[in-house]
Amino acid sequence: MGSFVPHTDDELAAMLADVGLEGLDELYEPIPARLRLGRELSLPHARAEAEVLEEIERLGSANRAARRDLVVFAGGGAFDHDVPAAVRALALQSAFVTAYTPYQPEVSQGVLQALFEFQTLVARLLGMDLANASLYDGAAATVEAVNLAVAATKRHRVVVSRGVAPRYRSAVATLGRPRGLEVVEVGVDETLATRFADVTGSASALVVAYPNAFGRLEDLRAARDAATALGALLVVVADPLACALVEPPGAFGADVVVAEGQSLGIPLSFGGPYLGLFTTRSAYVRLVPGRLVGATVDGEGRRGYVTTLRTREQDIRRERATSNVCTNQTLLAIWAAINLSWRGRQGMVDLARANYDAAHYLALRLEQLGVRVLGRPFVREFVVDLGVDAAEVRERLLEEGWLAGVLVPEEPTWVVLTATEARTKEEIDAFAERLAKEVR
Amino acid sequence: MAHRAARPGAQASSAPLVGREPEPTIFEVSVPGRRADAPRRTGVPSAPLEEIGPWLRSEPAALPEVSERDLVAHYTRLAARNYSVDLGAYPLGSCTMKYNPKFADDIAQSPGLARVHPATPESGVQGWLELLVELEEALCEITGMAAATLQPPAGAAGELTGLLMIKAYHRAQGRDPHAIIIPDSAHGTNPASVTLAGYEVRTVRSDDRGLVSLSDLERVVDDAVAGIMLTNPNTLGLFERDVERILELVHAVGALAYYDGANLNAIVGSVRPGDMGFDIVHSNLHKTFATPHGGGGPGAGPVAVRADLERFLPGPLPRRGDDGKLRWWWPPESIGNVHAFWGNALVLARAWGFLRYHGPEGLRRMSQVAVLNARWLQQRLSRVLPSAFAEPCMHEFVVSAKTLRDTTGVRAADVAKALLDRGFHAPTVYFPLIVDEALMIEPTETESPETLEALAAAFEDIVATSERDPAAITSAPHATPVGRLDEVGAARRPVLVWSDEDDGSD
Repeated sequence: MGSFVPHTDDELAAMLADVGLEGLDELYEPIPARLRLGRELSLPHARAEAEVLEEIERLGSANRAARRDLVVFAGGGAFDHDVPAAVRALALQSAFVTAYTPYQPEVSQGVLQALFEFQTLVARLLGMDLANASLYDGAAATVEAVNLAVAATKRHRVVVSRGVAPRYRSAVATLGRPRGLEVVEVGVDETLATRFADVTGSASALVVAYPNAFGRLEDLRAARDAATALGALLVVVADPLACALVEPPGAFGADVVVAEGQSLGIPLSFGGPYLGLFTTRSAYVRLVPGRLVGATVDGEGRRGYVTTLRTREQDIRRERATSNVCTNQTLLAIWAAINLSWRGRQGMVDLARANYDAAHYLALRLEQLGVRVLGRPFVREFVVDLGVDAAEVRERLLEEGWLAGVLVPEEPTWVVLTATEARTKEEIDAFAERLAKEVR
Repeated sequence: MAHRAARPGAQASSAPLVGREPEPTIFEVSVPGRRADAPRRTGVPSAPLEEIGPWLRSEPAALPEVSERDLVAHYTRLAARNYSVDLGAYPLGSCTMKYNPKFADDIAQSPGLARVHPATPESGVQGWLELLVELEEALCEITGMAAATLQPPAGAAGELTGLLMIKAYHRAQGRDPHAIIIPDSAHGTNPASVTLAGYEVRTVRSDDRGLVSLSDLERVVDDAVAGIMLTNPNTLGLFERDVERILELVHAVGALAYYDGANLNAIVGSVRPGDMGFDIVHSNLHKTFATPHGGGGPGAGPVAVRADLERFLPGPLPRRGDDGKLRWWWPPESIGNVHAFWGNALVLARAWGFLRYHGPEGLRRMSQVAVLNARWLQQRLSRVLPSAFAEPCMHEFVVSAKTLRDTTGVRAADVAKALLDRGFHAPTVYFPLIVDEALMIEPTETESPETLEALAAAFEDIVATSERDPAAITSAPHATPVGRLDEVGAARRPVLVWSDEDDGSD
């Protein structure tokens, strides 16, 4: 029987005697007998750790893993980037991995300072005044941005562009509609840009993605004007890597900028744990969800860090809190901060440029093979209309070792493609030729 | 019992090596032009930037410029300034800070799991789907439920998911009751989730046993009630022995009962929420099943339900088709997705490994010893720090420093800070709110008798010192990288980002 209980049988007997009991089962005597299970759980028997890892090996071999079994040309909020060895090693130090939320700041300065630096890095990258210490993922961050806008404007109508990732839009609907939010969608035109002219009435938030889920760079000046006309906050769901290369949403007057932070060096991980980035303007600081770390001093004037503006949070404010979030994604925030520092000021620009180059080379090769590319201007994702069922094409190409983009629920013949810094010219050439054969 | 010499805990910083000087921020370490990265040579030609010309960033983001060696030193020093479970005991009540097994780290880094893109077609993720189905089945067996979503990435997300299912359940019956009952001892996430789900909070009081007051419950139950959220054992570490009667009263008005799994570590293998009568149950895998807490996440908060509620679960769920292959399946009346993908998948895989390692007997032993450790420590401390309620505790207990405060001026928070000096993490303080000067202590099953003895000795030393020299305790901690920090100043003039003109210390 495996267990991490250190006690020997003699120690257990001695402790039981100390509390006046004879057996471990007697510990449950405060509980009515008819509620007790009275049998063993029906679960597989215990295994040694080596056996558990062998089973993981077997399960893992039944998956198609990036770079082992598949060459990935899919993004959609999950990109096949290189993960620097130093970033992984530093983020996975056990003092970060096995710490709790920093409720005792005197013994949590490592996590707190790392989060303070994370907040700074993210705010600078997205061009905003401040960032929180993380949310669950891009979808959760989008939902929380809408919540902030509703609280700030006291309006319950939310306008969301169809350029926002489908599962982010549905998360806004899942989590917003039950409490009375009216979620209205606005479509995109033939260039895959949001039809801001179609936006009318009033709203709490206008939510657009930048670049959007089709890869198209949106006109955030037009988005800002449309939001202002609605009396709404402009909420931008950004691609943090793209923001190293293009003007960040903050430069266009966005009120809240959120993002999926997976691109900041976090492994593909079958979709999680990822990292929700949440940034806003100083004016909204008291409406921010989740933790904020602030700089301060101790009694001797030494610099230190604490979680601050705590009266926003659920454990203090309870039903009037700005959010219910407690456990968030701290380890991934630290991971992303280390990666942003490893990449550095020019390194992030170069990385974004390498992705731009690879994606544009893929688009160019496809166009040379007669395939039409949609969604220009783009940074690193674009749409191809295959003219046939895209899900079936992806299945066929999967068998041959390609992950051929992500699907678009509303357009069954489309795929959204990308190529990261890790794709070679040879891989891109071969993939473009193979995919072109499927296109009608 | 007989003990070897009490083993001390561990200090939160390797002070002799690192010192107590503040670590500069990474921005202060930065030197213009310095780099850690080196580009690949992929042979991909450079593409002209004209296409995005109007959008080009005028100035690169002001990120640091550091060498890899400087980066390693910086983050290694930061890690040395942080307490963790790997360093020593962490008796933080309601947080279940048990040891996180290392083999689970290998699971989370296994390429067959960690390098899988979430949008890979089902035929390419059969191993992942099998793992998720097995975890769902195991959690259902442990909680006494029929089906589960693994999407919620934390306990609070699980709560909100459960509440939205309660709403969907009532609406499917053409009803829309508007209130959720919560005990006054509940975690703050409960009322916050209730508000986010569009419900009103109705508070039920605890009685002098520390349990839900049945007479107060009768007062607040009516047909406007959509459900109740209950933690059992409750946040005082006491088993709600009237749970059947409580749920009977709630079910009688057509409401559903939600089990907050924050304290599941007390009962695994011995008692199941489903057998108590609960309809919806979340588990905190980062508590009970030892996935590491990561300094505040990632967690995982799967939500399990009784059979007739499966149709409302967030989709999609992995289910086996007639051909034996696993596929994503949408429940017919699903509330929708609550995560961008499939949840914190690698956290789920760690928990799967933890369950496989333990097996049924190991899991039961885990919870039994969690209770024994708490019961023993509760008794051991009763002379110096009496428990708030007379009932024998389950996996945690709440003591009150009220007498200590009245006689010496030393408060619960001071006791907590003094414990940091003695090499332990502090308990949870001032929670639950219904106990004056509360210290909530949860030793977990992975701390040895010697550690419990050392922890008890540390508490006794703090109380004895308080009586002799209270200032020594109210000024604690002294042995930590920083002393007590100015939290009021931090909130009054928030410095949330580094600015090169402002070093944050004025």
